[in-house]
Amino acid sequence: MKFLRDLLDKQKPLFQKGGKLENLYYLYEAGETFMFSPNHTAATKGAQVKDAIDLKRMMITVVIAMIPCLLFGIYNTGHLHYLAVGEAATFGDKFVLGLTLVLPIVLVAYTAGGIVEAIFAVVRKHPINEGFLVTGMLIPLVVPATTPLWQVALATVFAVVIAKEVFGGTGMNILNVAMTARAFLYFAYPAQISGDQVWTYLGDKMPVDGFSGATALAVAYQSGQEGVNAVANLASHNSVLMDNMFSFQNLFMGFIPGSIGETSTLMVLIGAAILIFTGVGSWKIIFSGFAGAYLMAIVMQALAVNEFMAMPAHYHLVMGGVAFGIVFMATDPVSAAQTESGKWIYGLLIGVLTIIIRVTNPAYPEGIMLAVLFMNVFAPLIDYYVVKANKKRRLQRATV
Amino acid sequence: MSKQVKLKRGFDIRLVGKAEKKVGDYQPVKTFAIKPTDFIGMQRPKVLVKEGDTVKAGTPILFDKKLEKVKYVAPVSGEIIEIKRGEKRKLLEIKILADGEINFENFEKLTSSGIKSASRETIVDKLTTSGVWPQIIQRPYGIVANPDDNPRAIFISGFDSHPLAPDYDYILKGQSNYFQAGIDALKKLTDGKVYLGLSADNKSTELSAIQGVETTTFSGPHPAGNVGVQIHNTAPINKGETLWTINPFGVVQIGKLLINGIYDASKLVAITGSEVKNPSYAQTYIGSCVDSYVEGNTKSNHFRVISGNVLTGEKISQEGYLGFYQHQVTIIPEGDYYEFMGWMKPTTDKLSFHKALGLLSFLFPKKEYALDSNVRGEPRAFVQTGVFEKVTPMDIYPVYLLKAIMAEDFDEMEELGIYEVIEEDLALCEFVDVSKHPVQQLIRKGIELIQYS
Repeated sequence: MKFLRDLLDKQKPLFQKGGKLENLYYLYEAGETFMFSPNHTAATKGAQVKDAIDLKRMMITVVIAMIPCLLFGIYNTGHLHYLAVGEAATFGDKFVLGLTLVLPIVLVAYTAGGIVEAIFAVVRKHPINEGFLVTGMLIPLVVPATTPLWQVALATVFAVVIAKEVFGGTGMNILNVAMTARAFLYFAYPAQISGDQVWTYLGDKMPVDGFSGATALAVAYQSGQEGVNAVANLASHNSVLMDNMFSFQNLFMGFIPGSIGETSTLMVLIGAAILIFTGVGSWKIIFSGFAGAYLMAIVMQALAVNEFMAMPAHYHLVMGGVAFGIVFMATDPVSAAQTESGKWIYGLLIGVLTIIIRVTNPAYPEGIMLAVLFMNVFAPLIDYYVVKANKKRRLQRATV
Repeated sequence: MSKQVKLKRGFDIRLVGKAEKKVGDYQPVKTFAIKPTDFIGMQRPKVLVKEGDTVKAGTPILFDKKLEKVKYVAPVSGEIIEIKRGEKRKLLEIKILADGEINFENFEKLTSSGIKSASRETIVDKLTTSGVWPQIIQRPYGIVANPDDNPRAIFISGFDSHPLAPDYDYILKGQSNYFQAGIDALKKLTDGKVYLGLSADNKSTELSAIQGVETTTFSGPHPAGNVGVQIHNTAPINKGETLWTINPFGVVQIGKLLINGIYDASKLVAITGSEVKNPSYAQTYIGSCVDSYVEGNTKSNHFRVISGNVLTGEKISQEGYLGFYQHQVTIIPEGDYYEFMGWMKPTTDKLSFHKALGLLSFLFPKKEYALDSNVRGEPRAFVQTGVFEKVTPMDIYPVYLLKAIMAEDFDEMEELGIYEVIEEDLALCEFVDVSKHPVQQLIRKGIELIQYS
């Protein structure tokens, strides 16, 4: 490693003040601090030793937590393809096909976002934000594998600029960056991110007869329209491909159509376990998010006027992106509520809103995206009242 | 029966190098210094001596023109060898070359019944002219108390929970009669009560029998020993109120002054840290030069000497002087090195409050660490939430308070509790911060904004 260090030290004067490339200092710094944690020592006054954590380590923890979802998503993409076209394939075939579809999306998201980050770091003279490590991974996981790459790039650039950089970078943003990217795609290019055709990659092959690419949520919603029992309708769906594709168990396992990373509730829960154990994600938000969704689903069931509403509440938790959204999007510490009691309310309302939007909105059966963005906007308000209560306690003490 | 408070939130930084309870064999210290910069809030220091003057222990050498009554005195007898000034003639140090044998200024003695019957004016007059008054600190702001104020109460924390902190029971050994006399004098200074906080985990034999105080026992991790935390959890300070705090050493000093009639600045100082060969206590005086404790007593030659502890201390040179209020020298390795992939590497030899990827110190809850001064990352905007609260056993939102200070929003600072904290109370936040903010510096900035507005 001495060689690398020497190389960096030799180049350093070029980028420092007065050097030829001083404008690019923060690019150099990003590379340098990626390879070597800096030699800065504590200030003369104040804490003389520091905790071993830094933002890079915290962010990489989130990325690690998403890896089960990513790997499963890669496999599932290949799996569904071969299932839909009616060909037998080995585990390896499925994984490799998935990789050829998913990897470019990940690379494009990281590259596009990275370029924007770099430009802003150079122009605005601030260090490159590690937050992008997470965003660059989240965006691929919330789009279908068939999304055109230029849309991925455009959405990433839009989200990084509009949702983050205009506010001043990581830590200052109001909306979750990855969710903003998805919302951008949904409203700008709905044809490529909704409907029945986008979730399964077919390539130039023809699907088997009777194949349907609809997601479980769409099927459940359809049950409501047609007045047939949702669970039965789900269970019999796509029976030409496999038995019980949308059984509760299979929905939980995740061998179903959907965005790349969102389908497997099991993998999401593994990620949640990592986030909760390491303390990087708030267990309060995760727990209250699921609780809110489940409770609201029970309420909907009680008020049921159609078969979709009458669907058992636990089905809601394994369908669509609700689990993924609660675990990875709602827990983004910057856009979430920042006070501990606020986090309970914030998570709960995300769950509740998701189900309300899902069940009552005729145009679009998935609610987690809008619920998270909506609560991102309201999080400061929740915090405002929690902090105000603290101020009030202080004030009351003074008068007695 | 004393009141008991259980504090749950906080964090103990477990370090290698705790001082053994014995007085080590050190070369006698030759020079001592009083540093006006130790007295936060001292606005216009005025020196009363010239280089070459001889002084006794207790001779006034300095005062603050904004608080003329309070005199700062020489800790030892000897010759003033240097009055060191910095930029813009800012007064930095008044150095004294100590005599072999200390000569004391004589002050009038009082018997213990004399203390009890003395008037407030008499006590104030004795304390302010003899140099023990600066031991009394005012809250809010954490500055030397103004003798004209009448505080609502006086708080004393009878233990120190900082990393590698000295054991007060050891450094106060056999001085409980002076402590009692000091308490009797302090009771004259307030119409309210005198509160004494004791540790529930480490029972004090010296302080538990003290009369005339309201005793509260505190259990839990650091900062349970911080007087600010203890105030918050017994009788919190409100806007417009004044409280005073004093370290047990100061109480003993008051007792010695009144009973023996001398300004006795002798103290036991803990020499601690992973770089120290034989961590033990040293018998010295206020303002002691640390050279005798450093030279020949370190394991390597690349270290940092800290006046105080690793959370709130100040880096000083090898020939530097111990701060006025400090009872501890900590010597740790200097951390000015690069670490390959340091942000991702799994580590068991670095302490962390967190459990993020590869931070494995949580697996070893008893292990003692040899931490160095490396910052372990770069400054960033606030990202992680909810962590500061976990190390602050007070009903305060530290991040909101810090943001109010950054925005210089006076009303918000007041409402969020700026009056209840000084640097040391939020020092742990600075340690655990993912984004490496200078928390203590910010708190002082906020206090000064409020104080001088």
